[in-house]
Amino acid sequence: MLFREGNSFAKCGFFSSLFSGLFGTREMRILILGLDGAGKTTILYRLQVGEVVTTIPTIGFNVETVTYKSLKFQVWDLGGQTSIRPYWRCYYSNTDAVIYVVDSSDRDRMGISKSELVAMLEEEELKKAILVVFANKQDMDQAMTPTEVANALGLPALKDRKWQIFKTSATKGTGLEEAMEWLVDSLKSRQ
Amino acid sequence: MIKKFDKKDEESGSGSNPFQHLEKSAVLQEARIFNETPINPRRCLHILTKIIYLLNQGEHFGTTEATEAFFAMTRLFQSNDQTLRRMCYLTIKEMANISEDVIIVTSSLTKDMTGKEDVYRGPAIRALCRITDTTMLQAIERYMKQAIVDKVPSVSSSALVSSLHMVKMSYDVVKRWVNEAQEAASSDNIMVQYHALGLLYHLRKNDRLAVTKMLNKFTKSGLKSPFAYCMLIRIASKLLDETEGGHDSPLFDFIESCLRNKNEMVVYEAASAIVHMPNCTARELAPAVSCSPKAALRYAAVRTLNKVAMKHPSAVTACNLDLENLITDSNRSIATLAITTLLKTGSESSVDRLMKQISSFVSEISDEFKVVVVQAISALCQKYPRKHSVMMNFLSNMLRDDGGFEYKRAIVDCIISIIEENPESKETGLAHLCEFIEDCEHTVLATKILHLLGKEGPRTPQPSKYIRFIFNRVVLESEAVRAAAVSALAKFGAQNDDLLPSVLVLMQRCMMDSDDEVRDRATFYMNVLQQKQKALNAAYIFNGLSVSIPGLEKSLHQYTLEPSEKPFDMKSVPLATTPITEQKTEIAPIATSKLPEKLAPSRQDIYQEQLAAIPEFQGLGPLFKSSDQVQLTEAETEYVVRCVKHTFARHMVFQFDCTNTLNDQLLQKVLVQMEPSEAYEVIHYIPAQNLPYSQPGSCYTLVRLPDDDPTAVSCTFSCTMKYLVRDCDPNTGEPDDDGYDDEYVLEDLEVTVADHIQKVLKPNFAAAFTQHFEQRLSYATTDAQCYVTNLWFCCTEAVGNIISFLGMQPCERSDKVPENKNSHVLFLAGVFRGGHDVLVRARLALADGVTMQVTVRSGEETVVDVILASVG
Repeated sequence: MLFREGNSFAKCGFFSSLFSGLFGTREMRILILGLDGAGKTTILYRLQVGEVVTTIPTIGFNVETVTYKSLKFQVWDLGGQTSIRPYWRCYYSNTDAVIYVVDSSDRDRMGISKSELVAMLEEEELKKAILVVFANKQDMDQAMTPTEVANALGLPALKDRKWQIFKTSATKGTGLEEAMEWLVDSLKSRQ
Repeated sequence: MIKKFDKKDEESGSGSNPFQHLEKSAVLQEARIFNETPINPRRCLHILTKIIYLLNQGEHFGTTEATEAFFAMTRLFQSNDQTLRRMCYLTIKEMANISEDVIIVTSSLTKDMTGKEDVYRGPAIRALCRITDTTMLQAIERYMKQAIVDKVPSVSSSALVSSLHMVKMSYDVVKRWVNEAQEAASSDNIMVQYHALGLLYHLRKNDRLAVTKMLNKFTKSGLKSPFAYCMLIRIASKLLDETEGGHDSPLFDFIESCLRNKNEMVVYEAASAIVHMPNCTARELAPAVSCSPKAALRYAAVRTLNKVAMKHPSAVTACNLDLENLITDSNRSIATLAITTLLKTGSESSVDRLMKQISSFVSEISDEFKVVVVQAISALCQKYPRKHSVMMNFLSNMLRDDGGFEYKRAIVDCIISIIEENPESKETGLAHLCEFIEDCEHTVLATKILHLLGKEGPRTPQPSKYIRFIFNRVVLESEAVRAAAVSALAKFGAQNDDLLPSVLVLMQRCMMDSDDEVRDRATFYMNVLQQKQKALNAAYIFNGLSVSIPGLEKSLHQYTLEPSEKPFDMKSVPLATTPITEQKTEIAPIATSKLPEKLAPSRQDIYQEQLAAIPEFQGLGPLFKSSDQVQLTEAETEYVVRCVKHTFARHMVFQFDCTNTLNDQLLQKVLVQMEPSEAYEVIHYIPAQNLPYSQPGSCYTLVRLPDDDPTAVSCTFSCTMKYLVRDCDPNTGEPDDDGYDDEYVLEDLEVTVADHIQKVLKPNFAAAFTQHFEQRLSYATTDAQCYVTNLWFCCTEAVGNIISFLGMQPCERSDKVPENKNSHVLFLAGVFRGGHDVLVRARLALADGVTMQVTVRSGEETVVDVILASVG
């Protein structure tokens, strides 16, 4: 795998020598996936600019560089509509982590969300990727708890996969901090 | 810097193009680095450039490989390198139609078009509109509306122009953006205003009332943009044209008012619109022509005038004064156009003055413009034949000037055409040409002129004066010219008895030439001339071989392959189908005609080859004649059938070129059944095995001509196409297993006397005609018959009808009937099927109708009978 030898950031002043030591020398690549209307684009821009932006259904993808604790992530938010989901696999290669976003209040489609997740995790290219599940829209009244969501997705049954679930509300901005903290730690410890 | 590069480019030929030897597969392999992180913008940029280069070179990309490359490219959106991003837009546009699922970049482009980066916004809109279809368009509708009224001109223009493209696909969606477009039309930016007007017009162009309302609104309120004004003028003139509005229409007033616009482009556009209207008057033109400081505008104006001069010469006359100022224009294109316009519009009386004016400056322009001038003179000669002496003088002066081959050739062609048009100019013209070949470096022109001298010289009152010029060539020039000179000399000797002894002496001298060809010709002509027989002269000196050269080559080759006791038979060689056109009616394309091309096989040679490949047609002998295509169906029918009639010595082959225009049918075993009205006998059908949709196929019918009655030359065949139909799926073309027989009635096919006669050009008809007369006592027959007809009321019509009826070649330019003459003699030459020469002389006299006396001469009695019977 060629990219692991890349060194373009070694000279970059942005990175302290400490982090470059810990993280190797490259930007981390993260995918945000999930069904349509789960809140993926809102999460992306909440992470990037710290604000809630108005979004329209994503046809295709959004890609942004997100800086978290002076670490740079290249974050791909792929559209969740049924017609767009088949294209997810075009962007799997070289992915370090997957943020899987679930609308906790959408009990009806929890099954579909599960099957998409299972299909995705079976992909060879994502074998080593860390999985973070965002049980999003916790601000809604009828939202399921993270445990309920985890069970509905069948997470406890996952083997050979580092995963964690967090309760989040992208519009309120809650839970994102903890989730990113865990993600950074996991990525570091994986090195 | 750039210039330097260009020069180097020229010198090293193709060596300096870094993309010259790109391999598609290698480039696509390289494109995989798009998937790597981090991205190297410079390398990726270079690879995208290569891909776009390949696409623009017409390289074919398969859907899979294109899609793969496209998705790899989408990963480059993670980079914020401006140049790279814009190259991505270009790639998206190029690949929009060859890759699948291009909508994957919709969100990214939408973000760029609404983002802060102005350099991204316009290109992103244009790329987005290329990948969007009608359903997706509604999703981005809000952004498009915003973009149209954006305050950044490039964004607004991009949105307007993209909308214009979308009109074709999603008229109903784009129609809803009219209000935004209206707002953009009042923009201060000249491009935005122009593009907005364009969009508004295209949304309304099918509704004349709405267009009229729009025109009224804008003509009243006025516009800032000159481009928009030009467009308004075009719309207005189109509307005027459609409604046949006269000069009193308010639209015309508007166009006329634009002649006083401050912007010259608008003035020109208005003038151009006016001159293209029917019945325009000269007065309106003047402002457009007079002394604009910009060369491009002057050029445009003169070009328009040049065009108008063909239709309304009188309208341009008013501008002649201005045009004459332009003759001295420093821009040569303008000067040349001005002159040619003047030559077109000038009256006969002004020709002298004009020619004088041109002579003063013609030496200053380059060859290609001189050629244009010569063409104009050539056209002028046709218009004013009486001015030939002025023209001839002028041309001879030009001939003396320095100039390249093209230029000299144009002049020589022009002089030759003048000689052909005006018999009284012949001697002056020949004299000028003689002078020219005294010092001519172009072999092609020298041989051409020598040939002309040989043809025309002997028939002038003083043939002897040309001998010196011709013999000088034998002494001084290269082999090709010497050989041509020998042939020319021989023609003088053959036609002028008093010159014969001197010619023989000169011939003797030529027989000692160092070149084989020259010696051979001299020896041959010497022997022929010494016989002093008119018939031999006619056959071997005046009228050369009339066979097809590739055909002769093939026949001779065949003869050497199969040695035989019999001597080679010239009659077995197919005849040339398109004899050298002696009758050149149009002089205009002299400069456009190419250099003598390599002897290409004629249409008939190709047919000969095709037919010989069919086993059933072996043994028919050489193909004698192929007719033009005859249409046997209407143009817009289920099946289109055309027929070519091929005549052989004793047979005819009918070739039916069929096209099946039904996409749900496959035809099989297609043949055309023929029922003859006379004693013709159908002996074989060769069907076309398969006739799929829109792929032409041919079937053949072989017919034996009646042996016992050689005069039965005309026959009518009723034709029916028979075939097996297999219905098939229009999309896949997959046919059903079973079919059914069907038939289709075609129009009747006529075989006429013209199908049995091949055209042959006899450059010296009189000699050939008397040749037959002298041999009459031995075996040839002649006959004459008179008949009267009132079918034709003028000689020209009669001549045209006779030529097409007999299918023979008119000689001695006798197909051109001088105007207002009451009598005319038409000379026709041809070869009858079987290789018998036929000559026809038709004397026409005009009284109440045209009376015709026909004389037919041929070596074969039946041929004379056939022709007389068919005429009488």
